[in-house]
Amino acid sequence: MTNLMNFSDILEMSKDKNKKLYEICELLEAENTEISVEEIRNKTGVILEAMKSAIKSGLESDEKSTSGMCGDDCARLISMYKNSKSLFSVLHQKILTYSLATIEQNARMGKIAACPTAGSCGIVPSVIIAVSEELKTNKDREIDALITAGLIGKIVSNKLALAGAVAGCQSECGVAAAMAAAAIVELYDGTNIQIINAAALTLKNIMGLVCDPVAGLVEIPCVKRNAFLSIYAVVGAELALAGIESVIPIDEIVDAMKQVGEMMSPKLKESSEAGLATTPTGLKITEELIQKWNN
Amino acid sequence: MDKAKTLFDVIGPVMIGPSSSHTAGAVRIGYLAGKIFGEKPAKLTFKLYNSFSKTGKGHGTDKGLLGGVLGYDVDNEKIKTAYQEADKLGIDYAFEYLEDYTRHPNSVDVILENDNLGKMEISGISVGAGEVAITKIDGYKFNINGDYDTIILIYKDKPGMIYRVTALLQSQNINIASMHCDRKAKGKQASMGLCIDGGISDSVIKELQNIEEVYLIRNIEVLKK
Repeated sequence: MTNLMNFSDILEMSKDKNKKLYEICELLEAENTEISVEEIRNKTGVILEAMKSAIKSGLESDEKSTSGMCGDDCARLISMYKNSKSLFSVLHQKILTYSLATIEQNARMGKIAACPTAGSCGIVPSVIIAVSEELKTNKDREIDALITAGLIGKIVSNKLALAGAVAGCQSECGVAAAMAAAAIVELYDGTNIQIINAAALTLKNIMGLVCDPVAGLVEIPCVKRNAFLSIYAVVGAELALAGIESVIPIDEIVDAMKQVGEMMSPKLKESSEAGLATTPTGLKITEELIQKWNN
Repeated sequence: MDKAKTLFDVIGPVMIGPSSSHTAGAVRIGYLAGKIFGEKPAKLTFKLYNSFSKTGKGHGTDKGLLGGVLGYDVDNEKIKTAYQEADKLGIDYAFEYLEDYTRHPNSVDVILENDNLGKMEISGISVGAGEVAITKIDGYKFNINGDYDTIILIYKDKPGMIYRVTALLQSQNINIASMHCDRKAKGKQASMGLCIDGGISDSVIKELQNIEEVYLIRNIEVLKK
């Protein structure tokens, strides 16, 4: 895919060619990598299957991570839902559990698909698979949605490095949520404009999110943050499907995120030198883990 | 990651968690080190530095490195039980957790040994999003990241060696994408890392090996990504 592309170029191209965004993405990707659209879709399908098996394994497990800090939160939710207690619809319950199932698999050294990163791997799969089950759609549509999500992440990455160490969590879980919001809109047959707005609205509202993991591990706050941001993506999609638009265009939002990322203290960019990592409890946990590992 | 080159930099890779830099990156460094050594090691020592050292146990960096040397890809579920797998193969392994802030935050030295080859020390860094680089082999500087098929040579530092290698590649119509040379001292041993477009056949490798005073040659295939 031509790396110079921004969202306004992509939208214009989709209008000229009268195609959905995922189709544009497939064409550009095929042109750039010299593999066929069919192969791109097959490869996407393989990743989708890996996402589904991560969810399946995660739903069945309550094994703790190596550090012991997480691993049984998904099981807690499932057990509450078994008692028919919930504030949420079945769709939202699924999104929450699928998201936690995936990110907990990641923390316990299970197999996941990074999307866009390992620390944000629960967000996109949870919404695509839960919504697809809800709409009783097929694998082809799931692939359309995953490619739509990929397009969002790809274009954002042209300006903003998708790494907590460079731009904070806004560029990992934040971008994952925008990708997920776009994917939901695609699954609900929203327009290209709505897809872009879903991503824009979502990005705008996670700007500045820092990366301050306790003991440097992908667990606190990452695991629960995946759950939160999966539902957050639903809000972005819901607003966009209603025709609500982002007043600030998405390309300008990404520029602003980059600026915010540059202004963010390095102590809040994955180095665990501030924020949650250096709270009294965060420091205590870190100290205990160091003791445990040195023995 | 920096600017995604393809769609699959954003969706994927399929990998064993929890961290692309500290787990998947570790697997890739171990994998490349194992391929560069080229034989089954009897003993492995991993010296982890800085962030690898501080957070490595929680990220499974140790298991990733070991699994990588055993030849696992980043999505191999045996990474989690790499210690047991190495035990089964009768490979000794040890980990040292060190600090040296003159080095990259995610650095490791892998020391591989067996009776046939002796000892080889390979240094690597994990630069983020699962991307890695092998930066040193036995003291020679390299930059091997697995994006290309890479030929590694250690040979006698004397006039004409680079010519003989590149002429042979040219005769096989093999294009060199990038090239890096280093030497310890004039007239002693030197090293060459050649990234090439497309693969290279075993017979060409054999011909390169037959050039006199080539001491070591390896052909490292492009990493599956």
